[in-house]
Amino acid sequence: MFSNLMAWIEQRLPLMDAMNKHAAQYPAPKNFNFWYVFGILASVVLVNQLLTGVWLTMNYEPSGDGAFASVEYIMRDVDYGWLLRYMHSTGASAFFIVVYMHMFRGMMYGSYQKPRELLWLFGMLIFLVLMAEAFMGYLLPWGNMSYWGAQVIISIFGAIPVIGDDLTLWIRGDYVISGATLNRFFALHVIALPLVLVVLVFLHILALHEVGSNNPDGTNIKKPKGSVPPEEQSKFAFHEQYTKKYDIVDAIPFHPYYTVKDLVAVVIFLIVFCAVMFFAPEGGGYFIEAPNFEPANSLKTPEHIAPVWYFGPFYTILRIIPDKLLGAIGMFGAIIALFMLPWCDRGVVKSLRYRCTAHTVNLIQFAICFIILGVLGTLPATPLNNMIGTIATFGYFGFFVAIWIYSKNEKTKPVPERVTG
Amino acid sequence: MKKFILAVLAVLPMLAIAAGPSMQLDKANNDLRDKESLKRGFEAYINNCLACHQLKYQRYNRTFADLGISDADGMENYMYTGEKVGDHITNTMPAKEAAKWFGSTPPDLTLEARFRSPDWIYTYLRSFYVDESRPFGVNNKVFKDVGMPHVLQNLQGVRTMDEHGNLSEATGGSMTAEEYDEFARDLTNFLEYTGEPNKLERESMGYWVIGFLFILLFFAYLLKKEYWRDVH
Repeated sequence: MFSNLMAWIEQRLPLMDAMNKHAAQYPAPKNFNFWYVFGILASVVLVNQLLTGVWLTMNYEPSGDGAFASVEYIMRDVDYGWLLRYMHSTGASAFFIVVYMHMFRGMMYGSYQKPRELLWLFGMLIFLVLMAEAFMGYLLPWGNMSYWGAQVIISIFGAIPVIGDDLTLWIRGDYVISGATLNRFFALHVIALPLVLVVLVFLHILALHEVGSNNPDGTNIKKPKGSVPPEEQSKFAFHEQYTKKYDIVDAIPFHPYYTVKDLVAVVIFLIVFCAVMFFAPEGGGYFIEAPNFEPANSLKTPEHIAPVWYFGPFYTILRIIPDKLLGAIGMFGAIIALFMLPWCDRGVVKSLRYRCTAHTVNLIQFAICFIILGVLGTLPATPLNNMIGTIATFGYFGFFVAIWIYSKNEKTKPVPERVTG
Repeated sequence: MKKFILAVLAVLPMLAIAAGPSMQLDKANNDLRDKESLKRGFEAYINNCLACHQLKYQRYNRTFADLGISDADGMENYMYTGEKVGDHITNTMPAKEAAKWFGSTPPDLTLEARFRSPDWIYTYLRSFYVDESRPFGVNNKVFKDVGMPHVLQNLQGVRTMDEHGNLSEATGGSMTAEEYDEFARDLTNFLEYTGEPNKLERESMGYWVIGFLFILLFFAYLLKKEYWRDVH
C-alpha cells in the first residue's frame, strides 16, 4: 500500500531520486574536518530564525507607539515569549559567528576557486542579504540603540553624490527614522528578505552539489571515468548523476555518514548556544545592547552609538576614513573585495596546506585584521583606535592585493592525488 | 593549523577591552531568590518611587504571583488608587507638566536594571549629596546633575562632598547607614526583578535543557562512532 503510494508519487515527482542525489547517494569527501560543520550549523540557525520569527510576529506590533511595549509584552505576558525572543536574538549573533567561520573555511581551503566561483558568489549574496536582514531586524525592538544605530547606517547612503539625500529619504519614508521606517523594515524583515534568503540558500546548495564539495586537501574526488581501478574507487554506491561521468574516490555518502557526524556538531553547537541564551542572553551587552532597554528617543542619543558587533569590521573601515563618501566606498569595497576573491586569487592549488608560506601568513594577518576591525567597531573612535583601525584596514585590503601578486607564479608544494586523512 | 588557532586565540582577549568600566560602582549583592527582600523592595517602590516613576510594562497580579502575595492581600496592601489587579503599575502624573517640574519626564523604571545595572541603581540610591547650585539642592555622584530630588533624604540623611570628590557619612536620617544600604538593596533587587521577571525561570530551565543536550551528545556520539566503522 505504502510502497504503491510512494511509486505513484515517484512517477510524478521524483522525490526519492532527489533525496538520493542530494543526501543518501551524494559523494562527500571523507576527510571533512572541524571547519566543515558551519554550513550545517548555518542551516540550523536559519531554521531557528524562521520558526521563532513566525511566532514572534504573532505578538509583535510594528508601530512607533507599540513596538517597544509589544516586545516587553512578548517578554512578560506571552507564554514562553521570552524564550522565543532570546532564541531569535541569540540566533542573530550566532548566525554571523557561523557564517564568518564558514566563509573563512572557504578561504583556507580555496573553496571559492574554479569551478566553485558561482557557489562562492551565491554565498556572498547570502551574506549581503543576511546583513540587510539583521540590520532591519535590529530596528524592530525600537530601543534607543535600534533607533540611533539605524540612523547612522542609513545616513551612509546620504554620502552618495547627487542622489544621496533623496535616497535616504526614500529608504526612511520620512525625514527622520519614524514609524513609517519601522513598518517598511518590518515588511522587508519578515517577508521579502527571508524569501530571498531561502531561495539563495537553495541555489547555494544546488550549486554546491553540481560542482561537488571541496575538502581540506583541495583534491578532486571525481576522477575521469575509467581512470581508477575498481578496487581503489570508493566502495559506496553513489547516484548515477555522479558516477556516469566520473570514478569517485575518497568519498562517502552524505547520508548517513555526515548526517550522524553533523548531529554531534549540532548538539555541541546547541550546548554553547543554550549556555549563552539561558545564562547570558544579552551576550555581555553585545547581543542585546543595554541602551536598547530604553525606548527609541529622537531627542536623546545613547552615550556611545555602536552598531551590533557583527557589523563592526565594516563599520570601522567606514569610520577611519575621514571623508564620508570615501568611507562608504571603503566599506562597500571591503564586501566587493570578498565577492571578487575568486578572481583576485590566480593560483591553481586550493588548500593552504599545499600553498606557499606567504599565503598562510597572508591569511593569518587577514583573520587578525578582521577581528581587530570588529573589536574596534564596538569601541569609541579615539585617535589610537583610529590609527590601529587604519593599519588593520590596510591589512584587510592588502590581503586581496597580496594574493593577486604571489598567486601568479606561486611556489606550491605537490598536491597529493588522494586525500590524506 | 594549530598555530593558526593559537594566533586567533591570542587576539580574542582584546575583546575584553571593549567592556571597560566608566565609573566605580558598589556591588549590590542582591538576591532574586530572596522573596522577603523583593516584597520589601516592592513596598518601598510603591511608597517612595511610584508617584513619579511608572513600571508600565509590569502588572500588579504578575508581581503578586511571583513574590508569593495573594491577590486579595496585594490589592489591600500594595494598590492604593483603585486599579484592577491585572493592570500595569502606573501613576497618574501628567508627563508634560512633570517635564516642566523636573526638567525632563521621570523615566519608566521597569527596565532600569537592564538599561543601567543593578549595581548602578544600588550605588545611585546611596550617592546623593548636598549641592546648593542644583534646583533641588542635591546632586548625585553617579548621575551628574540629575533632575530628581533626594526623596529618600529623610531616611538616609544628608551627605556632603569634599574637595577630593569623596562623600561624607550621612547624618540626620531616620535609618543607620546599614539599614539604608539594606533598604537600597531591596529596592535594587525589586527593580532587577521587574527588569526580567522570568530570569530565575530562564536559568533553571537552562540547566535542564543543557543537561538533556549532554545526554543527547553522548548518544549522538555513539551513533556517529557506530556508523563510521564502515568508513575506517
